[in-house]
Amino acid sequence: MELLVASAVGAMTASGLYLVLRARTFPVIVGLAMLSYAVNVFLFATGRLAIDLPPVISDTAEAYTDPLPQALVLTAIVISFGMTAVIVVLALRAYLESGTDEIDTAAGECEAGQPNADTSHAAEGAEAGR
Amino acid sequence: MSDLTLDHWILMPIVLPALMAPAIVLAMRHDLVLQRVFSIAATFALLGIAIDLTFQAAGGPPQLYELGNWDAPFGIVMVLDRLSALMVLLTAILAVGVVLYATTSGWDKRGRHFHALFQFQLMGINGAFLTGDIFNLFVFFEVLLIASYGLMLHGGGAKRARAGLQYVAVNLMGSTLFLFAVGTLYGVTGTLNMADLAIQVSRVPASDQALLQIAGVLLLIVFAVKAALVPIQFWLPGAYANAPGPVAALFAIMTKVGAYAILRVYTLVFGGGAGDAAWLAADWLMPAAIVTLAVGMIGVLGASGMIRQVCFAVIGSMGTLMIAIALFTPEATVAALYYLIHSTFAAAALFLIADLVVARRGADGDRLRTAPRFPQSGLLAGFFFAGAIGMAGMPPLSGFLGKLLVLDAAMSSPSMALIWTVVLTTSLICIVGFARSGSTLFWKSAQVGLPQVGDTAAEEDASPVPPPAPSTMTMAEGLPFAAAGLMLAGMVALSAFAGPITDYLEGTAWQLYNPVAYIQAVLGPDAFTGQ
Repeated sequence: MELLVASAVGAMTASGLYLVLRARTFPVIVGLAMLSYAVNVFLFATGRLAIDLPPVISDTAEAYTDPLPQALVLTAIVISFGMTAVIVVLALRAYLESGTDEIDTAAGECEAGQPNADTSHAAEGAEAGR
Repeated sequence: MSDLTLDHWILMPIVLPALMAPAIVLAMRHDLVLQRVFSIAATFALLGIAIDLTFQAAGGPPQLYELGNWDAPFGIVMVLDRLSALMVLLTAILAVGVVLYATTSGWDKRGRHFHALFQFQLMGINGAFLTGDIFNLFVFFEVLLIASYGLMLHGGGAKRARAGLQYVAVNLMGSTLFLFAVGTLYGVTGTLNMADLAIQVSRVPASDQALLQIAGVLLLIVFAVKAALVPIQFWLPGAYANAPGPVAALFAIMTKVGAYAILRVYTLVFGGGAGDAAWLAADWLMPAAIVTLAVGMIGVLGASGMIRQVCFAVIGSMGTLMIAIALFTPEATVAALYYLIHSTFAAAALFLIADLVVARRGADGDRLRTAPRFPQSGLLAGFFFAGAIGMAGMPPLSGFLGKLLVLDAAMSSPSMALIWTVVLTTSLICIVGFARSGSTLFWKSAQVGLPQVGDTAAEEDASPVPPPAPSTMTMAEGLPFAAAGLMLAGMVALSAFAGPITDYLEGTAWQLYNPVAYIQAVLGPDAFTGQ
């Protein structure tokens, strides 16, 4: 079981990292979601993996599993879910306002110099799309 | 004051903004005047509480607040010691300046919910400074980040949205790393309370040392993202330069949250009592800090716009601050804390001044080129001069004293020659950078539009000639200047009262390097004998 959980965390982290390094917003957001799944499973495993053991005190239990990681995972799930929602909305807004979903056109460069050819081209594309 | 209020007084810097923010959203969302009144009143009340807490912290040992009355290490605790009181006070002073500026300059009208987000941001920052639990630190980081996303996007616009997207993505990565680090730390030590961690870390068996140190270094990376250290400083200029002026000024404290977390965790948990993992951060932090300082100040020289220049100056000042922290001696920590206070004021003042300049230059924005002169350019030039002197570390403002303290503390370090060379060279680079932008923005621009000027390139920009600057300001125009001036006054006060302030900081450093009092305040007097 340890091998299964560990390799799942590893695979999700690796694919999450790969996706985060892509140049468009959609893969980046999916990658961030993958990373948050990976970290949730990882947090769950930090209390050691145990089967058929209750986390809260009961009269019939012989041993217990660690309840704290379960509380931590709940907190982490809520926060990462909210954050994913925020970044999805933000990505949509950035796409609709600037007409491109490339993540690393340095905003400062457009601001500092001449209007960026790349951006204006993409804006035309967005208008054509409408 | 009754005992009950006293008991809960430590929690007030978190509770007050936490109640004020929803009240503003729910009850006052259609009335900007009410929002302003309550937000400003709450910020001043926060300042009063912070002053009181600082006096309390200065007069005694660390104080404990157990949430829900659960004993540590089982419940979450808030701890008030000299360092956290100092940081809360600094936040409150900065917040007063920022909320006055945002109100008087009309920034809070340009979008919705500025004041509610502002109060949530204060709640997150104060919580991060006061908490004694590392997972709770993560939660307060998220609170302040969520509020900062909203504030950064305040006012809207395509550029701001794209810069905001990058900022959010970087911070989400940071949060994920934080959780990995906290999970590893819990897996190895079985606790998340910082005082308890300080004890458990020394008892970690040799077979788990590698895991423990990985967790420690992961945590350092997370805090380095917040503190904008090389190689993870790249998000800062884009985010701060595209944020509204008063928000960027408030963000001056956000990088310090990272610095605070490094100082807290790596003196308490991975400090002298940590066995094999003692002073884990020092080896990694020092090279990163020196490169950060160099990168930041070279950025000041090469920046294309006034606001970006201030952003790079912030990165450079974080480098100086981190050099002092990375020395990990009490003297160096006094220097670090003094420089931390100073650089918060300097950065906030420069962001506000840059915002005032940009608002007056119209289409030219913050670009470093000559443009028609604008109203109050003389006064703004004076403000910018003072802010730049402070940031570059020239006398008489507190930047000079701060750098002097850092250099003095580095005397005993083996890498003293390197530190001195880098700090002094980058100070010169910073002075040149600010002198260049100051002369372009104020001096050369003052000639543009006057009939005797023959500079053709400048004359193209100069038409139509604006009316001459009015010699007197109205009250409404003057108030934002007063708010920016408050930050400059902070630097003046910091140099004028350097004696009492360094006395307080020496006590702070003593507490940090003798964490027994902190641990006993949290876990009880027999913390070291038990378990």
